[in-house]
Amino acid sequence: MIDTLRLTAEGAKKLLDAKEVSGAELFAAYLDAIGERDPELHCYLHVCADPGGEGIPIALKDVIGTKGIPTTAGSRILEGYVPVYDSTVAARCKAHGLRFLGKTNTDEFAMGSSTENSAYGPSHNPWDPARVPGGSGGGSAAAVSGGLAPWALGSDTGGSIKQPSALCGNVGLRPTYGTVSRYGIVAFASSLDQVGPVAKTVRDCAFLYSVIAGRDPCDSTTVDAPEVVLPDGDDLKGLRVGIPTELNEHEAIEPGVRSAVRRAIDLLQQLGAEVGECSLPRSVDFGMPCYYLIAPAEASSNLARYDGVRYGFHSPHSDDRLAMYKRTRDEGFGDEPKRRILVGTYALSAGYYDAYYGQAQKVRTVIAREHADAFERFDVLVTPTSPTVAFELGGRTADPLAMYASDLLTIPSCMAGLPGLNVPCGLSDGLPVGLQLIGPQFSENVLFQTGHALERAIGFDFVPERLR
Amino acid sequence: MPEISREILLHVAHLARLELREEELARLEVQLNDILAAVSKVAELDLADVPATSHPLDVVNVWGEDEPRPCLSVEDALANAPDRDGDFFRVPPGGAS
Repeated sequence: MIDTLRLTAEGAKKLLDAKEVSGAELFAAYLDAIGERDPELHCYLHVCADPGGEGIPIALKDVIGTKGIPTTAGSRILEGYVPVYDSTVAARCKAHGLRFLGKTNTDEFAMGSSTENSAYGPSHNPWDPARVPGGSGGGSAAAVSGGLAPWALGSDTGGSIKQPSALCGNVGLRPTYGTVSRYGIVAFASSLDQVGPVAKTVRDCAFLYSVIAGRDPCDSTTVDAPEVVLPDGDDLKGLRVGIPTELNEHEAIEPGVRSAVRRAIDLLQQLGAEVGECSLPRSVDFGMPCYYLIAPAEASSNLARYDGVRYGFHSPHSDDRLAMYKRTRDEGFGDEPKRRILVGTYALSAGYYDAYYGQAQKVRTVIAREHADAFERFDVLVTPTSPTVAFELGGRTADPLAMYASDLLTIPSCMAGLPGLNVPCGLSDGLPVGLQLIGPQFSENVLFQTGHALERAIGFDFVPERLR
Repeated sequence: MPEISREILLHVAHLARLELREEELARLEVQLNDILAAVSKVAELDLADVPATSHPLDVVNVWGEDEPRPCLSVEDALANAPDRDGDFFRVPPGGAS
């Protein structure tokens, strides 16, 4: 009997290596779990048949292009689209023998913090199905915590890996910008988008990162990443941990989140880390406005390609080309992509460019410099990942700005191109709380070491209480 | 404080090739003004001497050799076409922008 709720990818590999289970049995166990729980959780937009082999199964967020497997990005405008080539990350997973369980739900074009912007309906949080799993990569996060995949890939523009990992009790890494190829990924905001792993443990997360990281000739924004060292041990002696005041004492942070993160910081100290306060004075207040100009501006450009001509949805209700473009896009895009396309088009249009997009790019420099200053004194920074635990479905859908605030604490480091690791650090009202470890560019190994030590000290049980 | 009037909204929607329906226009007009009011906060900082960041890594152009490589076949390129005519994508006629 394979307990997919408990089984880590590392554990699955041991079972396979020892021939205690066959590849077919392992894949079937996940398909059974999907059959049992996905009708309630709705993590998957597409489930695959076992391609055969002895590799570990994996789920991929549906913005990741997969040859011969539908890829919708949670949008009606890509309904029926079947890529004719693999993204580099999908190809690297295959080369490693990993077998695709399916494609996971996402807010449309990865725009959102709850999966409620998916054209195919929201996913539900395995800890409490009345609540959101976070977003945009809520399908991947819910699949991992609900035992419907041992691990998964997500993508993160302003928090879409870290925030759902926090809300579902997973370990999730947003890697340093440029370390993972975006070739074949549905583009949202190209100066921010990153693909990264979602897992049950820091070691699984580190291993999956090692599978996908590295320079890719097909993506000229990629660079070589340092070799991944799988974390071991729990000695953090000499590690300098900074606690940015503005990201730890923001009024939006719930008391239960604050105290769980505080306890984890105390544990870091007990493990030998030197903890000190620091300040990122403008990163929070100006991070959100900066992000919600730059990301929509880039999105408005990236989403111009959806015109009903070459692939995807095509409105039948027009006999004139311009009208066909406009109707295809009106009928194919949901509300959030439309809002972002319009904000972005406005911010980039003649007469407004300098005041909006240009100014936001300068704010971005300010945010990056503030982080660089903090890293003069500290090796890692610790903050809550999400200001709140998982919120109820429908709780923030009426007010776009309330939804945007979900990413308050994840956005600043994304703007600076820094890696961030979500590590579960406890429960508040029976729901997972995540803390965010932020490091300088290319410091993934430090984040893994720190996260691993912390994970052991905290002893968080990643199986949702109601499913134990 | 920015103000997106109905006229500006329609102009931007045209630039973005979106034909918005009446009920969408009413909702979006309010939401976009709210969003722009929030993001206009970036104007509060005096950043005349600060350079812009367009890309978080310090990388410059990446050059590749100009070597022929296999690429998508015509059939693959057209595989997802909503409408085709032989080796062409078919679109409705006309449509001056």
